[in-house]
Amino acid sequence: MEIVQPAMAGTLESSDCQVTVEPGNNGIEFNLESVVINQFGNQIKKVVMETLKNMEVSQVKISIVDKGALDCTIKARVEGALFRSVGQFDHLPWGGAVR
Amino acid sequence: MINAVGRDIPDEILKATGKEVFQGIHYRDGYTYKKDGPVTRCVSDNTRSKLVDSIHDALIKCNIKDGMTLGFHHHFREGDYIVNMVMEEVHRLGIKDITICASSLGKAHDPIVPYIEDGTITNIQSSGVRGKIGQAISSGKLKGLAIMRSHGGRVRAIESGETRIDIAFIGAPTCDDYGNCRGIGGKSNCGVLSYALVDGDYADQVVAITDCLVPFPNFPAHISMTKVDYVVVVDAIGNPDKIATGAAKPTTDMRKLMMADYCTQFVVNTPYFKDGFSYQTGVGGASIASTISLAKIMKERNIRMRFGVGGLTKPMCDLLANDQVDCLLDTQDFDLDAVESVKDLKHFRISAGEYANPFNKGAVVNKLDFVILAALEVDINFNCNVVVGSDGEITGAQGGHPDTAAGAKCAIVIVPLLQGRIPAVCTEVTAVTTPGESIDVVVTDYGIAINPKRKDLIDAMRGVDLPFKTIEELRDIAYSMVGEPEKVKFDDKVVGIIESRDGTILDVVRKVKEYTFADN
Repeated sequence: MEIVQPAMAGTLESSDCQVTVEPGNNGIEFNLESVVINQFGNQIKKVVMETLKNMEVSQVKISIVDKGALDCTIKARVEGALFRSVGQFDHLPWGGAVR
Repeated sequence: MINAVGRDIPDEILKATGKEVFQGIHYRDGYTYKKDGPVTRCVSDNTRSKLVDSIHDALIKCNIKDGMTLGFHHHFREGDYIVNMVMEEVHRLGIKDITICASSLGKAHDPIVPYIEDGTITNIQSSGVRGKIGQAISSGKLKGLAIMRSHGGRVRAIESGETRIDIAFIGAPTCDDYGNCRGIGGKSNCGVLSYALVDGDYADQVVAITDCLVPFPNFPAHISMTKVDYVVVVDAIGNPDKIATGAAKPTTDMRKLMMADYCTQFVVNTPYFKDGFSYQTGVGGASIASTISLAKIMKERNIRMRFGVGGLTKPMCDLLANDQVDCLLDTQDFDLDAVESVKDLKHFRISAGEYANPFNKGAVVNKLDFVILAALEVDINFNCNVVVGSDGEITGAQGGHPDTAAGAKCAIVIVPLLQGRIPAVCTEVTAVTTPGESIDVVVTDYGIAINPKRKDLIDAMRGVDLPFKTIEELRDIAYSMVGEPEKVKFDDKVVGIIESRDGTILDVVRKVKEYTFADN
């Protein structure tokens, strides 16, 4: 998947996270701000990287402001931002890349 | 050296403080010592006035100088103006190396952070700190060590002479020109002055600061003129809206109500729940809800409480108003109903020493059947942390937590299993602030764990329809939902110590390291 335009998903509510993706040409540029960074920073990064890999994204600037979201929420928000960035709102690959 | 809760206390800290490591909650039972006493300057000339014009003048009269220790109380909580007003004047005078010995500090005291940074304040002793002071300490800005001690522990430290207060500042809702202070009346009514009584008794010099000067005698005095050197009248000693709030609305949060219900069901199934029992609870939503549901069962079963202790709130005072308890013993009033209830003849004011000092010949906490507590974290050894956030930053206070847990026959901690993504039940708490040996039961929204050493309580609960689990099971449920948290990374630099109520060292707090990802 190639990032076409900047897009966001998620909120700044407790237990949610806000994900912003922008086109990049320097690999994956990852930026994280989290209320639980000291305890879950690596885990959040791992989930994001796995999700990007799964969606076959290799060039992106991705910024996350996390308010203590669970892994499943983070994954869903990243996927949501990616699909918005390519303008895909129908025929999402449920059960395929998104599971 | 490893202490009795498995924490490694660095030798240089033991050397620098002259303290021992924690060796169990009753390690110092029977300890014999001579109490300290204040250096007292007499007032016998009947023409001498104690009134001074300003805090500045009081500081000059008290010969404020570098290195002094100043005492403060926290009855005005987040509405307190006293600490900031005094420290601003101390700073203006160019004084350095001040030790603040407060019964607690909160976010209201954020304005003193610049004085920590510039060396005006170099040591802090408190039940705890919140907000920017906590951040300043955790980032290593305080030159000396922060000492976190319980309410009982503070009285012990002062009475034993471990901490000597040079000047105590007592915010007094009402005061006369000769220094008789009362917690009642005026604009900043806080009900009681329990935490300040030891300052009155043991500080060399005592300055009463009031915004409501009343005619002599302001009786019955909570702190007597016999202990007060100077009286200062200022425009405002606090913000009444933040001192005692209106009674908190009973929670409608189903999770808290469920935990409250679990807690009450546990309480009423113990052998201690019988006519004449005693009880203390905190101010959290679940604690308040459990008091309300307990009152209902007491009425149904015709069981009467002998005494209630606290940190009081409306539901506790309602027990007195509804004649369900013989008397209340009061150290602090959290809402206006509690402040109002102080007028009741069976609502007794007690000092922090009477309440909780382990170096007394016995304190009220030792007579408690139940205490209902909260915590930031509890670990699988039942150790509790109420001071250091899971991110490693200091953000809470011991209060009476370790005192009541050690004293009560049944100490119950109520915690939601998850606070956002943070598991409240974990393998090892960030800092031990109440030792697990004094915690008997942990109530969560996912189940209840009884400390395995309390075989009597485990037996008492046979056949009781509550979701009992082991503490390890609770932790595993939490980790299965949020993942296992990484350990916070700390520097070697120790920024504070968590003192046990008896003055030994329970744990140390280190400077938090800036976070870096593992693989780059």
